[in-house]
Amino acid sequence: MVKRFGLFSRRRVPRGVPFSDEEYEVTCSHCKKAFLRSVLLDSQFICPECGAYIRIPARDRIRLIADKDSFTEFDAGITSVDFLGFPGYREKLTKAKDATGELSAVVTGVMRVGGRPCAVYVMDSRFIMASMGSAVGEKITRLFEYATEMRLPVLGVTCSGGARMQEGIVSLMQMAKCSGAVKRHSEAGLLYCVLLTDPTTGGMTASVAMEGDITLAEPGALVGFAGRRVIEQTTGAELPKNFQTSEFLLEHGFADAILPREKMRETIALLLRQHGKEAV
Amino acid sequence: MTAYDRLKIVRSSDRPQGHDFVEALFTDRFELCGDRRFAEDPAIMAGIGYLGDQVVTYIAIDKGKDLNDRMKKHFGCPLPEGYRKALRLMKQAEKFHRPVVCLVDTLGAYPGAEGEERGQGQAIAENILEMMGLRTPVLSVVIGEGGSGGALALASADRVYMLENAVYSVITPDGCASILWKDASRVQDAAACLHITAQDMVDFGVAEDIFREDFDRFDKMCGEIKTRLLCDLHALCAMSVPRLLEERYNRFRRIGIFEENGSIRQ
Ligand SMILES: [Zn+2]
Repeated sequence: MVKRFGLFSRRRVPRGVPFSDEEYEVTCSHCKKAFLRSVLLDSQFICPECGAYIRIPARDRIRLIADKDSFTEFDAGITSVDFLGFPGYREKLTKAKDATGELSAVVTGVMRVGGRPCAVYVMDSRFIMASMGSAVGEKITRLFEYATEMRLPVLGVTCSGGARMQEGIVSLMQMAKCSGAVKRHSEAGLLYCVLLTDPTTGGMTASVAMEGDITLAEPGALVGFAGRRVIEQTTGAELPKNFQTSEFLLEHGFADAILPREKMRETIALLLRQHGKEAV
Repeated sequence: MTAYDRLKIVRSSDRPQGHDFVEALFTDRFELCGDRRFAEDPAIMAGIGYLGDQVVTYIAIDKGKDLNDRMKKHFGCPLPEGYRKALRLMKQAEKFHRPVVCLVDTLGAYPGAEGEERGQGQAIAENILEMMGLRTPVLSVVIGEGGSGGALALASADRVYMLENAVYSVITPDGCASILWKDASRVQDAAACLHITAQDMVDFGVAEDIFREDFDRFDKMCGEIKTRLLCDLHALCAMSVPRLLEERYNRFRRIGIFEENGSIRQ
C-alpha cells in the first residue's frame, strides 16, 4: 500500500500498527452504562442508551474518519521523558501507556477521506488528559512539516488539558514550536482544519487548536482557555450554563460550525474536496 | 536563593514595573492605544519610541502604579483586547520595518468570563502564530513574571532575556500546587519542581541571557540592558528576512526532550 501511494512512501519512520480489534468495555460517563467497544465503533461513540457523546480514543477516531485501510502512522516510536524528575510523572506515564497502549497523547499520520489525502493528528484524552509536552509537540510539528513539504491539508482533532506541567517551561515552548510549523503550512497556502472535541483547554486552546482555517466543534464539548473554577475564584462571577461549550464558542464567533458525529466524515470529505487535492 | 524566593521578589510591589522600564529604556515615546476591534486594555502599555538611536515599537505588560491603576490593569493580566492591541502594533512595526521590544511581566492572561467570551485562547494563539512569521526582529525581556501562554503571546521572539530574579513558568506555581497536590500552600515545592528561574531558562534554551539586577542604580542598569538590546538588534536587523524567520523557527524548533525508538532526543 505504501508503494501504491508514492505520497506516503518517503517516511523515515516505520509504520506503526494503526488499529486493533481488541474488545473491551467502555462506560458512558453520562448514564453510567457500559458498552462493548465494537458497539460504540458502530455508533461513532454516541451512547446507544442516552445519546451522550463518549470521548473517542485517538485511533478509533481515525478509523471513523479515514477511508478503509488508508491510514499510515508517523513517528509511532516517540514518547515522553521525565527530564525534570517531576514528582509522580514517571508513574503517570507508565500508567497512561498501560491503560491506552499508546506511547504518547497524540496519534499522527496520513490518511484519505473520500479518496483525498490528508495529514491528521488526533489527541487522546485517556493519556494524561492529552496534555501537550515534548512528545506531542514534536509529533505535531513533524506532521505539519511533512504536510507542508508534501502539500497536504491537515486535520487536527483536539482535546487537551493544556500544556504538560510535568515538563515545565519546555512544554510551554511546544506551543510556539507547533505554531511555527502551522504558520509555514499556512503560508504555503494549505488547509488546516480543526475539530475541537471534549475537552480542549489551556495551552492547546491558546495555540494549535485555535489556528485553523476552519474550526469545527463537537456538540457540547468543553472548549476554553482558563479553567471554570479559576474564573469563579478570581472574579466571583456566576457563569452561564453553556459557558465554554462549543455552542458558546459558535455564539461568540470562535467556531465555524457545530459538527455532529453523523456528519463528521462527509463534512471533512467535503472540505478536502473544496480545497483542491485530487482524489487518489 | 530558591525559586520561591525569586517568585516572592518579582511579585513584590516595590519592584520596578513595566512602566518604569518603559520610561528608563525608551526616549521620545508616543503611546498608542486600542485593538481597533473592541477596546483598549491598559494592562498592555505600548507605543513607538527610541531605543538609543533605533526607532522601535515597545509593548510592555504593566501591573500598574497605585491600587486604582492596578485594578484597571487587572494587576498585569491582559484581556484578549490587550493581546490584539499588541498584535496590531507588531503588524504595524512590520509594515514600517522597525523592530519590536516586548517587556513581559504577568501572572498570566486574565481569567474572566469576558476574556473567554472574547476568545482569550484564540487571541494568544493568533499572537504566537503571527509572531512566528513576523517579518521584523522581536526581542522580549521577562522583567518579572512570565506567566504561561499569557507571557508567550509576547515572547515568541528572536531573543528572550531574563532579569536576574525573573521567572518564567508553564503554570503559576500556585496553580500547579493546587492541581497536583490539591494544596495551594505547597507553592514552594511547585516552584522548585517547575524549574522557573532565569538560569533554568538559559539551560533549556528558552532564554539567551540574564540581566543583572541593580534597582538602586536603576538607570545605570537599564542603560546596560539598552546597550545589549541595541547590539542584538543591530545584528538581527542586518539579517535578511528569510534568514531571520528561519532562525526564529529553529530557535523554537529545537526545544523539546523526548525519547524516540529507545534513544533520548533533545
Ligand atoms: Zn449514556
